[in-house]
Amino acid sequence: MKVLKGKSIFKGIAIGRIAVYKKQDLAVKREHIDDVQAEFARFEEARQKAIDDLQKLIDKASAEVGEAGAAVLEVHQMMLDDEDYIDSVRNIIDSELVNAEYAVATTGDNFSEMFASMDDDYMKARALDVKDISERLIKVLKGYEDNGIAGEDPVIIVADDLGPSETVQLDRDKVLSFVTRHGSSNSHTAILARTMNIPALIEIDYEDSMDGVMGIVDGQSGEFIVEPDEETEAKYRKLLQDEIENREMLKELKDKATVTKSGRKLNLYANIGGIKDLASVLQNDAEGIGLFRSEFLYLADNDYPSEEEQFQAYKTVAQNMAGKKVIIRTMDIGADKQIDYFGLDHEENPALGYRAIRICLDRPEIFKTQLRAIFRAAMYGNIAIMYPMITSLSEIKRIKAIVEEVKQELKDQGVPFREDVEQGIMIETPAAAVISDLLAPEVDFFSIGTNDLTQYTLAIDRQNAKLDEFYDAHHEAVLRLIKLVVDNSHKAGIWTGICGELGADTSLTETFVKMGVDELSVSPSFILPIRKIVRNMD
Amino acid sequence: MESFKYVIKDELGLHARPAGLLVKEAQKMDSKITLKKGGAEADLKKIFAIMKLCVKQGDEVEITVDGGAEQENCEFIKKFFEEHF
Repeated sequence: MKVLKGKSIFKGIAIGRIAVYKKQDLAVKREHIDDVQAEFARFEEARQKAIDDLQKLIDKASAEVGEAGAAVLEVHQMMLDDEDYIDSVRNIIDSELVNAEYAVATTGDNFSEMFASMDDDYMKARALDVKDISERLIKVLKGYEDNGIAGEDPVIIVADDLGPSETVQLDRDKVLSFVTRHGSSNSHTAILARTMNIPALIEIDYEDSMDGVMGIVDGQSGEFIVEPDEETEAKYRKLLQDEIENREMLKELKDKATVTKSGRKLNLYANIGGIKDLASVLQNDAEGIGLFRSEFLYLADNDYPSEEEQFQAYKTVAQNMAGKKVIIRTMDIGADKQIDYFGLDHEENPALGYRAIRICLDRPEIFKTQLRAIFRAAMYGNIAIMYPMITSLSEIKRIKAIVEEVKQELKDQGVPFREDVEQGIMIETPAAAVISDLLAPEVDFFSIGTNDLTQYTLAIDRQNAKLDEFYDAHHEAVLRLIKLVVDNSHKAGIWTGICGELGADTSLTETFVKMGVDELSVSPSFILPIRKIVRNMD
Repeated sequence: MESFKYVIKDELGLHARPAGLLVKEAQKMDSKITLKKGGAEADLKKIFAIMKLCVKQGDEVEITVDGGAEQENCEFIKKFFEEHF
């Protein structure tokens, strides 16, 4: 038995096999070969397997996100079948007497170079597709599996750190817990763990040899126990049992209203990052969706999601929520969420840079596609829109002008859409909080994003683990700004919600209700605990 | 030999997804099908070759269908262009 000490970022207990997530090394060595035919055969076998693997992904994607999501994978299949591509690989093997990996990598470089040099942004971005298929082939040639998790049973994922593009590929039913060496309490993995309601640890100095053995994650003490002895395992099994029973008890609070004893009502909504979170939203009896992060649509693919794809996703969520409010936040790309095909320049200070609404106003064609999809999907349920990273009144005016254009275009084209969609803004910059009295008359609601509001107010980088000790989530400056925003919204007759991590901080629930906050939007697992607190308030 | 000319209306040009579908359909056909843009040409059964032409909105392309069920295949491809590009 070995006990590693780290830092807990989400409580709970997990017991299961450890799966060490290995970043796959795709570096290729040039090696001399003698048997050209054997190398041809290796390439051919790898190509067939890559095509078969893609077919499995296509079947899975069509079931989860619909035909449109699978289309890009089908294009990849065809690329793998392309004569010119195959001829190039075979030529290199034959003429240079080199290994298939090297021939594939060289062909991939040449082809993607060709696209990258084209005088057209769309075609430039296709270089990524070529890279993708070549990497897929190299992985097969090197004998890598599709990701770090094989087998059927759920596991404890152990990794250096996981980025959004890696976690999006994980099958959530197979993850018991996240344990990482790096990361901070606000990193992507941490937020994901909270959303999934599973324990997570950071700063654990694991070894690769731990792959496959039993492990226990203690999200209370921050301990990671590897190969526990019988006594320890029994103790934790008992604790896990208690935890499950506690959860059952909370279920009794389902279908109860979120009101204080004196009758003050709070709207208790859920934050979601995609369609796959809907199940836990419904299980935990959320009264609506207060933050639908639309980024997942942009992260899941190698290209801008089409209007149709977005429309289908928003429509699905709206229909599933059956008339309950669904607040879609327009895409918040940039800062810690980078996507290759956006072609964003490297920035010294991305949190203060080109992100979210700034990209949308600068590249209105991307923004308009999303707005069209949302206004159309609003026909199918109670959808509202929320714009992130607002700092000024003029931004709201510019957004409104674009919204009017979008509506006019839809009207001209005879496309059905809903006219009176509620539109609100996120208050996540100190600037917006301070001038919230000027912004309130222009919008239908405010939603306070406390993560960014706190980082901008305290000048503390969320991604930097070293700063965690200086990061006071309950800083008086932040609480005063929240109070100011709530008061200003009420003066203008609109409502204010909180959708950041602070909304789920149960030690502040009473404070927020007393301040007059109208809505809290939290990870689904926090819905019932917060309802319990509110119902016990006077 | 059958042929037709077409001016691309889609703002993304001959983009990957529908182009992929088109190539897939072309591969099922028994004719030799060629896409021409300016002086360059490509075999409609090869996706990379098609994408290499970098066909954009406003470009005029010419498609020729040679051998096999020429008329029927040409009709089908023409319709596909009108619907997707």
